Amino acid sequence: MQSTRKIRVLIAKPGLDSHDRGAKVVARALRDAGMEVIYTGLRQTPEQIVETALQEDVDVIGLSILSGAHKTLFPRIMELLKKQGLSDVMVFAGGIVPEEDIVEMKKLGIKEIFGPGTTTDSIIQYVRDNLPKRN
Amino acid sequence: MSKNEEIVNGVLAGNKRSIAKAITAIENCTDESPELIARLFPHTGKAHVIGLTGAGGAGKSTLIEKIVREYRNRGKTVGVVAVDPTSPFSGGAFLGDRIRMQELSTDEGVFIRSMASRNHAGGIARATKDAAKVLDAAGKDIVIVETVGAGQSEVEIIKVAQTIIVVHAPGLGDEIQAIKAGIMEIADIFVVNKADRENANKAVIDIQSNLQLNSKQVAWKPPVLKTVAVTGEGILELVGKIEEHRCFLEGNAECRTALLKNRAEAELVEAIKEKAANALIDDLRRKGKLDEVLQRILEKKIDPATAAEKVLKETLNNDRT
Repeated sequence: MQSTRKIRVLIAKPGLDSHDRGAKVVARALRDAGMEVIYTGLRQTPEQIVETALQEDVDVIGLSILSGAHKTLFPRIMELLKKQGLSDVMVFAGGIVPEEDIVEMKKLGIKEIFGPGTTTDSIIQYVRDNLPKRN
Repeated sequence: MSKNEEIVNGVLAGNKRSIAKAITAIENCTDESPELIARLFPHTGKAHVIGLTGAGGAGKSTLIEKIVREYRNRGKTVGVVAVDPTSPFSGGAFLGDRIRMQELSTDEGVFIRSMASRNHAGGIARATKDAAKVLDAAGKDIVIVETVGAGQSEVEIIKVAQTIIVVHAPGLGDEIQAIKAGIMEIADIFVVNKADRENANKAVIDIQSNLQLNSKQVAWKPPVLKTVAVTGEGILELVGKIEEHRCFLEGNAECRTALLKNRAEAELVEAIKEKAANALIDDLRRKGKLDEVLQRILEKKIDPATAAEKVLKETLNNDRT
């Protein structure tokens, strides 16, 4: 039987921010790059995001946020991922995260933050280069 | 304990991580997956499997969300497998069925998995059926498989179900032709969703007259229901009909046995086809004969069907000697 492994990515929008154009652009780009992208829509709670990651057994999570609530939401998400034994999932973020917060976010375990102006190609390449080895 | 044992035990205990890992192994056709299925198979057969199909835009995901809620109200646990097409160009997929069901993701009694068809025509049917088996073995009372009724493999996928529901919506453009002939014959319940739209009644009448043209005598007459999934209108009746169908199957041992036997035979045939084809082609390749056969076909010296017959005969004869 042919083994067909695909990269599964969850693109999630935590919190109350309802600007999803960027998230959809990234989702479509990853799909066009051959990945399976689960997009869960707007207004996701950290609990919903982590549950989805668990059930869908994703390799990567991309968090899209433009509301400024990352300092509340990201720590909660990372904490829940750890609790569910999903620390081996690679998490990146995009949208509006101020320079001064990036270091703090990375310390939480968020591997990379893609700000405005990032090309979809660079995100695709990043995901491919940093695909985690899963348990 | 081996990894497989751990996963199997986890699935039987209803552990979500194990369920997720099992489905991933099946999707990826890993070396461990046949053993996983073999071990879980004896624990299947308890769930009622519902297949839901219909053209894109008919409102299947919204309908499923309401159906799941109703079953949860009745104290049942539910597994959902939502299948979406893989792009033939990129090999990727946008899996968005969860959007309509996301409020259910934190319900402990619900497990939702999105699957991409991954373009192996027979393979997706097998992978979906096996994913449904995992959810069945994990103790879900109800398993819902959702697929877009667009191709032959969708007809195959939906045969995993004991109750098949076809969803249609008025104004999708191609009216009843949208319901593929293969699905029309095996559907147990028809639903006209978005029934608040114009032409909903016409759609119901069209489906009903189509059913009447089908002169076969059947023990179960597929009803045609109207729903407005967004508001929940008609959902109670729909779930009622699903339960009625389930009772019908349970009460009618002959029907039920015939159904299960048919399905088992179909699955066996598919499995044999897949394995036999792969084994024979691999064998040809290993013997270095594949190119030779292909060349003869290209030169029109032999047609593919006859070539296949020869390969099969030679292999069977070799096995006998």
